[in-house]
Amino acid sequence: MNGTNLFKIALRALANNKMRAFLTMLGIIIGVASVISMLAIGQGSKRSIQQQISEMGSNMIMIHPGGDMRGGVRQDASSMQTLKLENYEKLRDECMYLSAISPNVSSSGQLIAGPNNYPSSVTGVSIDYLKIRQLKVEQGEMFTENDERTAAKVCVIGKTIVDNLFPDGSDPIGKIIRCNKIPLRVIGVLESKGYNSMGMDQDDVVLAPYSTVMKRLLAQTYLSGIFASALTEDMTEEAVDEISGILRREHKLKETDDDDFDIRTQQELSSMLNTTTDLMTTLLACIAGISLVVGGIGIMNIMYVSVTERTREIGLRMSVGARGIDILSQFLIESILISITGGLIGVILGCGASFIIKSVAHWPVFIQPWSVLLSFAVCTFTGVFFGWYPAKKAADLDPIEALRYE
Amino acid sequence: MSKTVIELQNIKRNFLVGDEVVHALRGISFSIQEGEFVTIMGTSGSGKSTLLNTLGCLDTPTSGEYLLDGVSVRTMSKPQRAVLRNRKIGFVFQNYNLLPKTTAVENVELPLMYNSSVSAAERRRRATEALIAVGLGDRLEHKSNQMSGGQMQRVAIARALVNNPAVILADEATGNLDTRTSFEILVLFQKLHAEGRTIIFVTHNPELSQYSSRNIRLRDGHVIEDCVNPHILSAAEALAALPKNDDE
Repeated sequence: MNGTNLFKIALRALANNKMRAFLTMLGIIIGVASVISMLAIGQGSKRSIQQQISEMGSNMIMIHPGGDMRGGVRQDASSMQTLKLENYEKLRDECMYLSAISPNVSSSGQLIAGPNNYPSSVTGVSIDYLKIRQLKVEQGEMFTENDERTAAKVCVIGKTIVDNLFPDGSDPIGKIIRCNKIPLRVIGVLESKGYNSMGMDQDDVVLAPYSTVMKRLLAQTYLSGIFASALTEDMTEEAVDEISGILRREHKLKETDDDDFDIRTQQELSSMLNTTTDLMTTLLACIAGISLVVGGIGIMNIMYVSVTERTREIGLRMSVGARGIDILSQFLIESILISITGGLIGVILGCGASFIIKSVAHWPVFIQPWSVLLSFAVCTFTGVFFGWYPAKKAADLDPIEALRYE
Repeated sequence: MSKTVIELQNIKRNFLVGDEVVHALRGISFSIQEGEFVTIMGTSGSGKSTLLNTLGCLDTPTSGEYLLDGVSVRTMSKPQRAVLRNRKIGFVFQNYNLLPKTTAVENVELPLMYNSSVSAAERRRRATEALIAVGLGDRLEHKSNQMSGGQMQRVAIARALVNNPAVILADEATGNLDTRTSFEILVLFQKLHAEGRTIIFVTHNPELSQYSSRNIRLRDGHVIEDCVNPHILSAAEALAALPKNDDE
């Protein structure tokens, strides 16, 4: 008995029952299509989050004060005054693995420009900040090192600030906005970045030289943080070690002391978000997987009925010389053909559905080649698994009984 | 002396029905030579179905020896018997047992589909030849549900012939047909007999025994009569003697 003959026999049997074969296939089609489109949605949102993170600056390193205890009471990180401007200067001068570094101080308050006002905060940074956060000045220009030295009363503002303080559409460049009674002249407008993945408006920002914010707005000598950028993403860890070494030395910490600062990298953030999206992808895939299993049970059901209905045919085939293994193979091939054909149609439909979701609902969608392979493999396995029992039942029939079956 | 195709030596077959042992065959011995046309007769319950299943290698006897074409069947495994059926036996059933929605030639090809040594072209050629031999050369592509009972039985006979078997086993092959068609089928069997085929015809109809070369009668699992038919009637003559159908 050769395979081609069995294949022909199975194909003929299916061709004799086209409608039934198609309806059986439908379960697999829906299952595979939903697995593929669900995974595409999950992967799509994961990739869009990753992209947003890299837009925020994938090499970014954030240093915050923290981890200090005063008389056994752990202090809030923002109230710590351990991170000084000198620390920033030391890091700027000594760190080998950093391409950019900027102090970060922030003064919140009501911004006023003419008749309009808006609650926001003024962030004191150095010029490097643009590089770290991958920001661009769209209109006007960024402040200079000279402005930093002289604590010039200038600022660069984001689109949200422009919209709220200058709603009449007038050019904000050269206008004065006041924060806590300190007038700042707008010298540049940042290119819009929209919302980030956590729903924060990245355009709600006023950048001023750190010296201006520290001396004129806050009158403080400590920093609320330092932002830096590693040379490459791979060098982030070395950079973190280097920073930590320098800061420990500067803070005169003993070997046994804990760090009195906290270093975070974008990688941590991205892995945290990945965990969330992976969870969502798994959830979606599970739901879709269930429909694939239901489709498989549909195959089993139909094949089971088919075996009963074709008992006489099976008896005849056995009487003309079909062995048990031949009958088993025939029914297995039938169910595998159903599941593979259904799988192929499902792949096409799933890809189609993903594109429709992308173009109509504008969701980020990405079809991973492995998800197509996976669902195809699963549906072939489904065919074998759920076809096995009915096929075995057919193969185990007694030819005498089967021939007499009415 | 011609070749012995079938040899039964004290065949017994017991069935266990509940706690009771039913003796279907109680020691049957006979042998059939090549080219014989044997009718096996018996009332229902005489054991003829069991005997037919045994002869067709669908069932194995509880005891005794069965040699088909010189091969001992009793000790064979199920797959081995399936291959043996495929090469040595042609079945003709009362209810034809054709595959539904399948053409005549595809139905006839079926036994050869399970024989990998026959190529697709060879299979088609032999199936066509077999159909021509049973007088259906012009209906090769007719589907089984487009044919009359007589035609379907001819297809079934062609299917039994296609593997060139050592013996053709017919189980009440005329049971579902009207008198005229029955005689037409009998004519066909006599023609095959004349060509040297070995045929075993199982029936409960004593009338049919007049057209075969040898008659075996069963009762309660024993052979009660085994005789050569001295006066073989011609089915063709009987067919000619039948009154013509009204619509012809």
